[in-house]
Amino acid sequence: MALLEVRDLVVEFGLREGASMALDGISFALEPGERLGIVGESGAGKSVAAFSILNLLSAPGYIASGQIIFDGVDLASLSESALRTVRGRRIGMIFQDPMMTLNPVLSIGEQMLECLRAHSNCSESEARHICIERLRQVQIPSPEQRLRQYPHELSGGMRQRVIIAIALLLDPQLIIADEPTTALDVTIQAEIMQLLRELCDNEGVALLLITHDLGVVAQLTHRTMVLYAGRVVEQAETAALIRAPRHPYTRGLLDALPERTEPGRPLNQIPGSMPGLQSMPSGCAFHPRCNLARARCQSESPALQHGVACWEAAC
Amino acid sequence: MLSVRGLAKRFPLAGTRRWWRGDEGLAVHAVNGVDLEARRGEALCVVGESGCGKSTLARLVARLIDPSAGEIHLDDQRIDTLHGRELWPLRQRVQMIFQNPYASLNPRMTVQQTLLEPVRLHRSSLSQSEAQEHIEQVMRSVGVDPSWGARYPHEFSGGQRQRISIARALSVSPELVIADEPISALDVSIQAQVLNVLMEAQASASLTYLFITHDLSVVEHFGDRVAVMYLGRICELAPARSLFSGARHPYTQALLSAIPRIRGQHQPQKLHGEVPTPVHSPSGCVFHGRCPLANARCREQIPVLRETQPGHTIACHAVEEGRD
Repeated sequence: MALLEVRDLVVEFGLREGASMALDGISFALEPGERLGIVGESGAGKSVAAFSILNLLSAPGYIASGQIIFDGVDLASLSESALRTVRGRRIGMIFQDPMMTLNPVLSIGEQMLECLRAHSNCSESEARHICIERLRQVQIPSPEQRLRQYPHELSGGMRQRVIIAIALLLDPQLIIADEPTTALDVTIQAEIMQLLRELCDNEGVALLLITHDLGVVAQLTHRTMVLYAGRVVEQAETAALIRAPRHPYTRGLLDALPERTEPGRPLNQIPGSMPGLQSMPSGCAFHPRCNLARARCQSESPALQHGVACWEAAC
Repeated sequence: MLSVRGLAKRFPLAGTRRWWRGDEGLAVHAVNGVDLEARRGEALCVVGESGCGKSTLARLVARLIDPSAGEIHLDDQRIDTLHGRELWPLRQRVQMIFQNPYASLNPRMTVQQTLLEPVRLHRSSLSQSEAQEHIEQVMRSVGVDPSWGARYPHEFSGGQRQRISIARALSVSPELVIADEPISALDVSIQAQVLNVLMEAQASASLTYLFITHDLSVVEHFGDRVAVMYLGRICELAPARSLFSGARHPYTQALLSAIPRIRGQHQPQKLHGEVPTPVHSPSGCVFHGRCPLANARCREQIPVLRETQPGHTIACHAVEEGRD
């Protein structure tokens, strides 16, 4: 049975002009221990997808319909207090900016203990022991001293390691990572990616990785889902998606990477930019930028069939 | 065309100066003795991780901040000693494109006003209609519709705004364009659009670029020559092709291996430790604390850039001694 199954999730933002759909019926499943990447450009709805799983959406966003079934329970229908037993305990979350996620006035140890105390009633010394163990697991040198330090005393890479350690504190079954390496330098990014890969393999934790970087997805995930304007346009095994992308948008994204073009030659570009929530085109949301668009694409929205949502690619 | 010699910039740390003891106090050594030359018509890229001093270098060359030491020459003119009005002719020859297109356009000026202002200042001989015609031509060349002129920056997306700021830089027909991370705030599909505009502009106006970035795959595509910076110093300077096929400085090798490629197995070389603070720079080679090849000489003596192949220069004792 799938660990996490999202069915027809619709997230809306209630605005003065009326509700607009940030996610328009997305569905996916995640097996235990699997790593799934969600890729898209800014405004595609990938962070909204991550936040809605734990119902962390803040107003005016809300889940309009759909189910989020985690281990047999629909998270979308749980009360706030019931959700709290899931958040941080069975599903850990890693956010983008390690500067913003840690509380600057609490030491690393206090922040970790706070999380442990909220979810389990272990003794002070046991809790300390767990914290040190986790910090060692994410390869932080001299963890006993780090517990007394404050976030500003650590570098960006170290902070992100601390956040991963906090996400791992209570042996979650799933980690949701929203752009975990975007704010980091490449050499640090490589270390964090390797760490995530090892942790998931050794602990059997499933990973839902949200990113805009196709290179990160290619190196880290088993399967990839491409989002465009709140809809899933393609879903496939990562290796297959990169070898043979089927949706014109996925193909365009991959072709736009500089490493796909001979140095000095013009890059392949996708014309235009992603539509805003208020100005969603009719039919397939990608048709104004698509070079294969036909009359049908303008009027009818394609459904996801065999992993791709496109009239051209599906037939 | 552009030549930089021994350029340094120190930012004093407030509250650490003890003037009554003659103590100058602590300072961040953002740029620490950089020698660099850009030839006319080339795209010279400067890469490095955050805190290596690449943006400070860009700002120094653009004369937005004053150097603490060293010289900057543009053609035969020394430009680091110019001040105030003496800088005006320079501003026409050297233009800058900034990272964040949301912060670098004045929100209260229409696109038209934004683009006309530099033209009026630097090319005052043009009449109103000639200036208008000129900016329309520049707008078309970077893919900005001239009919957008009456609109304000908030009406545009990030990619469109960045094209407007490129148009602003190109509107005075500069010779050198300094681009500080011009595409890192943009999405992948938009990055390609903006890079193409920059490449077209270079080809049609024989521009020289000083291109600052942390994204090595962009450099591989865009750069003619690449300077790799670490902690305020240049550690390797080479033609792009030869850097990507045969980087020899241990830091460059680690940096290149860390790029997550979409194909092939990723085997990043691990650097132990972290970048030291630029307040207390290490003695000798600034990289020695993290370098797998470091020895006693690296800890004491500062390596200088030496040519190993034509055009390929490396500042590393280990490479010089053949220990790599």
